[in-house]
Amino acid sequence: MNFYLVTMIKLGLVAFVFLTALAYLQWIERKVIAHVQLRVGPNRVGPHGLLQPLTDTIKLLTKEDLLPGHVNKFFYFIAPILSVSCALVGISVIPFGPKINVFGVETYMQLTDLNIGVLVLLAASGLGVYGVALAGWASNNKYSLLGGLRASAQMISYELPLSLAIAIPLLVYNSLSMREIVEAQNRFQFGFIPAWGIFQFPYAPFLFIAFIIFLIGAFAETNRIPFDLPEAENELVAGFHTEYASMKFAAFFMAEYANMVNICCLATHLFLGGWVPLFPAPYSDFVPVALFVASGAMMIFHGLNPRIKMDGYTLPAFGVVFIGLGLAHMAPVLKDILVPLFWFLAKAGFLLFLYIWVRATLPRFRYDQLMDFAWIQMFPASLACLFAVGFIVAWWGL
Amino acid sequence: MDTLLFALFAGIAILSAVVMIMQRHPVSSALALVGVMGSLAILYLLLGATFIAAAQLIVYAGAIMVLFLFVIMLLNAGAEPKPLRQSFLARALGFPLGIALIAILGFLIQRTVPPDSVVVRFADAKAGSPQDIGRALFTQYLLPFEVTSVLVLIAILGAVVLARKET
Repeated sequence: MNFYLVTMIKLGLVAFVFLTALAYLQWIERKVIAHVQLRVGPNRVGPHGLLQPLTDTIKLLTKEDLLPGHVNKFFYFIAPILSVSCALVGISVIPFGPKINVFGVETYMQLTDLNIGVLVLLAASGLGVYGVALAGWASNNKYSLLGGLRASAQMISYELPLSLAIAIPLLVYNSLSMREIVEAQNRFQFGFIPAWGIFQFPYAPFLFIAFIIFLIGAFAETNRIPFDLPEAENELVAGFHTEYASMKFAAFFMAEYANMVNICCLATHLFLGGWVPLFPAPYSDFVPVALFVASGAMMIFHGLNPRIKMDGYTLPAFGVVFIGLGLAHMAPVLKDILVPLFWFLAKAGFLLFLYIWVRATLPRFRYDQLMDFAWIQMFPASLACLFAVGFIVAWWGL
Repeated sequence: MDTLLFALFAGIAILSAVVMIMQRHPVSSALALVGVMGSLAILYLLLGATFIAAAQLIVYAGAIMVLFLFVIMLLNAGAEPKPLRQSFLARALGFPLGIALIAILGFLIQRTVPPDSVVVRFADAKAGSPQDIGRALFTQYLLPFEVTSVLVLIAILGAVVLARKET
């Protein structure tokens, strides 16, 4: 009974936080791109546009759900469902922290720990192709069909270097379970260098190349700029989701962001050491405290000298919340939960920021360049890397 | 619980297989086949063969069938027209004869099972983890494994030769 109760609580918590995070990722993306381009971004709804995701959700929910007359109804309905469910499944195998003890109940900060965790993520992303391909086909429209075809061709091609780049760290860690992968990185070499994948002696250079290949493959796999050919708006209107409106469109949108989050979490665990901090424990525990308290203090300072009147009320409130959050990282029970969670979220968040940063910076690839890049450069590079790491593992032993 | 899940997913597998044959549109058939593969993966999972289940999903459902679907969409194959005339005999006798065939096959298979064989219970099987598969592949079945990989290499070379542009 206890097991079911704990699982239900974790399930509810993860679902709520994950879905909220997806909505706010959109806000962060719009804000970051706006600031890169010297604009302000959404700032009308709530302080600094913070309630924008909520209003966007309401808008999408209440919008008229158009059903074009020329579509293949069954596949038209099933495509967004497939897309979003495949994307949301992934979070269930991702651990967020080590074993914790809350009020005497010992549990892992993870929904399930499978001995094939990494493969589940790969399978989910592989099945996600169906949603996009079917959406393009069922819309019965040339732009959508071209978008769907491009998406499936691109995702199949980039899955190869991506899977090979995943296989490289797996050779080193000798496990497919996400938690064991992180445990294999949970030590410090020479007393201070963390054994994260990209720092781990003697595989570091190859794992770093694998990390770069993985990141590029991840951009293509999630159809993001500079590989967003499936929805290139100046060629294909909106690509595979041209004919979709309202919640069905929102489902594709959610799937894209959920895939982004999943793949960033996977990269964090495979290459950046999951929740293992950057330097050994007694000092690294104070990093989140210092960061949160400093940003809270800065907010209060700016709130006392507000540039707009609204900031005078909202910034101090947020500042107090941030300082409280920082102090919570020192509280006895919360510390064991929050500090690993902070390090994990900091790394995954940095990768997500990288996604947005690249979107604001790089132009789109041409289609033939995209394919050449996958097959002529990325694939041989990842294969060579796999060989090198395989030889090192064989010679040095595990 | 395991028996219930087995019945559920075996039922889905059979249903999808029937749908795959009955559908006239190639895209529907391809998707029904994906349904068969997905439920097979879950049956593997019930037997404790976790790695095989994941491989089934990644390789068959995630890669091969996507290529099928891709080709169908690229060729823009439409629904097959209904045949105008069907033989009266085929319509009258096809279904009963099919049932009879399945019954005879089931009977024969049941007779060939040796009497001292072990009954596999779903929750008991544990030897399907990635480590077990790897160990079996690289020790006991090393020769077949290497022969298969050479075969796959030849197939890849053949594909490259066929796909190369003639200059």
